[in-house]
Amino acid sequence: MTRYTIDPVTRLEGHGKIEIFTNDDGEVENVYFQVPELRGFEKFCEGRAVEEVPQIVTKICGVCPGCHHMAAGKAVDAVFGVEPTKTAKMIRELFYMAHFVHSHIAHFYALGAPDFVVGPTAPKAERNVLGVIAKVGVEIGTEVLKQRRIAQEIQALIGGHQTHVVMNVPGGVRKGIKEEERLDIVEKAKGFVEFAKFSMKIFNDVVLANKDYVDIIVNGPYNLNIHSMGLVDANNKVNFYDGRVRVVDTFGKELLTYMPNEYLDNIAERVEPWSYLKFPYLKKVGWKGFVEGQDSGVYHATPLSRLNASDGMATPVAQEEYERMYATLGGKPVNATLAMHWARLIELIYAAEHCLELALDKEITGTDLRNKMYQTPKEGVGIVEAQRGTLTHHYQTDERGLVTKANLIVGTTNNHAPISMSIKKAAQGVIKKGVKVDDGILNMVEMAFRAYDPCFSCATHSLPGKMPMIVNIRKPDSEIIQTLRRD
Amino acid sequence: MANENKPKLKMAVYWGAACGGCCVSVLDVHETLLTIIQHADLVFWPIALDTKYADVEAMEDKSIDLTLFNGAIRNSENEHMAHVLRAKSKILVAYGSCAHMGGIPGLANFSTKEELLSRVYDESPSTINPDKVRPQHEYKVPEGTLEIPNFYEDVCMLDQIVDVDYYLPGCPPQTERLVEVFLAIVSGAQLPPKGSVIGVSERAQCEECTRIKSDNRSVDRFYRPWEIEDDGVSCFIDQGVICMGSATVGGCGVRCVKGNAPCRGCYGPVPGVTDMGAKIMSTIATALNAEDENDIIKAIDSIEDAAGTFYRFSLPASKIRRKIQ
Amino acid sequence: MQEEVKNNNIQTAKAWKPKILAIFCNWCTYTASDLAGVSRLKYPATTRVVRIMCSGRLDPQFILTAFSEGADAILIGGCHPGDCHYATGNYKCLRRFHLIQKYMKQMNIEPERLRLEWISASEGKRLAEVIGEMTETITKLGQSKIKKQVANIEK
Repeated sequence: MTRYTIDPVTRLEGHGKIEIFTNDDGEVENVYFQVPELRGFEKFCEGRAVEEVPQIVTKICGVCPGCHHMAAGKAVDAVFGVEPTKTAKMIRELFYMAHFVHSHIAHFYALGAPDFVVGPTAPKAERNVLGVIAKVGVEIGTEVLKQRRIAQEIQALIGGHQTHVVMNVPGGVRKGIKEEERLDIVEKAKGFVEFAKFSMKIFNDVVLANKDYVDIIVNGPYNLNIHSMGLVDANNKVNFYDGRVRVVDTFGKELLTYMPNEYLDNIAERVEPWSYLKFPYLKKVGWKGFVEGQDSGVYHATPLSRLNASDGMATPVAQEEYERMYATLGGKPVNATLAMHWARLIELIYAAEHCLELALDKEITGTDLRNKMYQTPKEGVGIVEAQRGTLTHHYQTDERGLVTKANLIVGTTNNHAPISMSIKKAAQGVIKKGVKVDDGILNMVEMAFRAYDPCFSCATHSLPGKMPMIVNIRKPDSEIIQTLRRD
Repeated sequence: MANENKPKLKMAVYWGAACGGCCVSVLDVHETLLTIIQHADLVFWPIALDTKYADVEAMEDKSIDLTLFNGAIRNSENEHMAHVLRAKSKILVAYGSCAHMGGIPGLANFSTKEELLSRVYDESPSTINPDKVRPQHEYKVPEGTLEIPNFYEDVCMLDQIVDVDYYLPGCPPQTERLVEVFLAIVSGAQLPPKGSVIGVSERAQCEECTRIKSDNRSVDRFYRPWEIEDDGVSCFIDQGVICMGSATVGGCGVRCVKGNAPCRGCYGPVPGVTDMGAKIMSTIATALNAEDENDIIKAIDSIEDAAGTFYRFSLPASKIRRKIQ
Repeated sequence: MQEEVKNNNIQTAKAWKPKILAIFCNWCTYTASDLAGVSRLKYPATTRVVRIMCSGRLDPQFILTAFSEGADAILIGGCHPGDCHYATGNYKCLRRFHLIQKYMKQMNIEPERLRLEWISASEGKRLAEVIGEMTETITKLGQSKIKKQVANIEK
């Protein structure tokens, strides 16, 4: 048995490590993706005033704090038995679309693009955002930083604190939007739409026009045949903020659908002794192990699964791109893990278009910011789509509105099993008898988990994408027989 | 301007029990990034670079000029990396509320480790775990032994584990403050005395806050923010809403109040104060006007979750830093 | 050798006695404690007295610091409502007292460990009684665990 340890995994939010075991024939026996961190939000939200929780749970993640704030805000609405006012809902969605824009831009350019624009087996020194810029031009890098900044500014305007946003109160929001602010946002949103379309063009010209890349996407060892989850609206179109959860099976048919307060009938979580993170699965299908297929309870919650689980996109340009992706990749559902990068760009276009739609609607400057018909607080569930997956917040309170119990199923948590399986498949596909485990091989293993992540690599030359990695190959008695460095 | 001959500052950013928001605050320098990278080489930053732990452990002692350590110390891995980075760094900064005071993860000090693990792995309504499996520090699988860090009983901040040179508070620190500090270091300005809190003003939040404070404060009782209609201009305390601003040092630009939310104290205490919760208790008691003991009891009763509000970010750094068992 | 052993046994046989920090206002309770002394009133030697000018000067940091550094209990003494030398200081103290009690409840610290009494300058006897009662209560409650738990970081 030979053991490869990757510690820590890098270019993602959070801590993680990978252990790869190969047998004496050089074939992969098993792979473990371990999450070594736990903070315990489910416990320390107890005793807190429930309306404070949306501001506490943003600290679960500094990359998608707006997502936790939204899920929590909706859960708190439900605890008090109120729906937000129309204006409040529009303001929340506008914030949320800007949040998706900034996050998807950063992820695509710094994380996804290097593997495709430059190439998965290209020299490592080029497999980074610099290589991307070299191919597409330096103005792009500056533009990426600029568009991200603009999106953050909209978040700060609406949400107060630009990262750990403070906007939600029970039944609405704290702050309205003035007319001059609305007009300013309209212009900014137009810029988002153009930049989103431009980003898709890069993907078309550099990736889709290249047969080899398309081959890797479709035929590489990155297929995972599992169920797909996403939030959809009344027309089964993708919606990040609201709707019901829909799961589509490995044949593309609707398997189940549920409203937030039915989540416990549908999702269960499993504990393994080698990871602090739990493993959600579809309760009605059951846990059959880390296996693919129709009968396995494993599902993914990602940009790709959202598109698989829907019947389309709610805005025109995004819808065109949605149709084009499925036509290119042979229909629904798409199981190619790397297609998540493509799906992410389609979502970027939708977020930009929807941001513009909301900003153009004058009703968003309304002054009715809060629905105050509060009932005695009791219990509530809020579900949104985080950039990384379906996010569920569930709180129970006493009659004064102090939290007695909290439960969370976070975006990436949904994908703990699929990520483990994807890494294993990738490793099995590329590490074989007689194959020397070198830099290109290691990169191809990394590509498997990277597709799931909105990792926050940023667009600067001091960030390699030159993935330095140390792999120690040990004999069973732990003696190191070889060290591979890629740095 | 960058000095061509001056070697670049070697810089590291690392996270303990963190959320990534402090890393985002570094990225939020936006276009100033171009200035920063003229002066600094990032050598270790897990969210963005692929330097692994083995690489850091192999570095020479004191070879990193500046390390921004964010996140609290929750487990053995956080502690280990705190020791490693202390050894490898000339200047170690406790960056952000968690490293400074324990931060939000510090709220776990209201529970025991067992209560926390039990909630997550046994009681959580979505968790099906009939065999009561718990994550193990070491676990034998057919292929070998797997390890994950040991989860500690208490949450600590960085200076309870290693010697800290400076504290740069905030959840996360306001990016402009980081840039000011960074440029000061790079320009060779004299650094403040070791142990200083930097990137903060000398006064409380109230000094910068644009809300209007009454000259004759007299509060009958406190309200939950949703129980009143915030007028958008008056001081929160005058309106009967708990705001930590008077016990919190300035530096963030009153960003939460600009969003119409009361301050919750992420920037930490005003210089000279050790326990910021004690200070807000003083302020609140003074603001209330009740004199009859029954009225006082009613007024105090109107405050929900006193400890969790007064020590939202600073529980591990407070005098009584955890719930007594 | 025998003498040493005997002395050691006496040491260990000495029961733990409460350490009570007494924070008294200058004009009323501190004067009462002087009166108690002058009157040779007997009360347990468990208090360490600190004088502040007014009970309104009481900073909650005093209480929390005292607990974290090993005080088993804290007694605050001030003027009766209406009699404060500075008019309203004792009302502020009363409000702080209740707020600190609320905090202590959440931190699982027994409420008996913090006591507030209005004791005027002439009430030396009352002071002696209060200290006697409190010593008995705290002896029953036992030594405070706060210092040990706060000082020792559990891993």
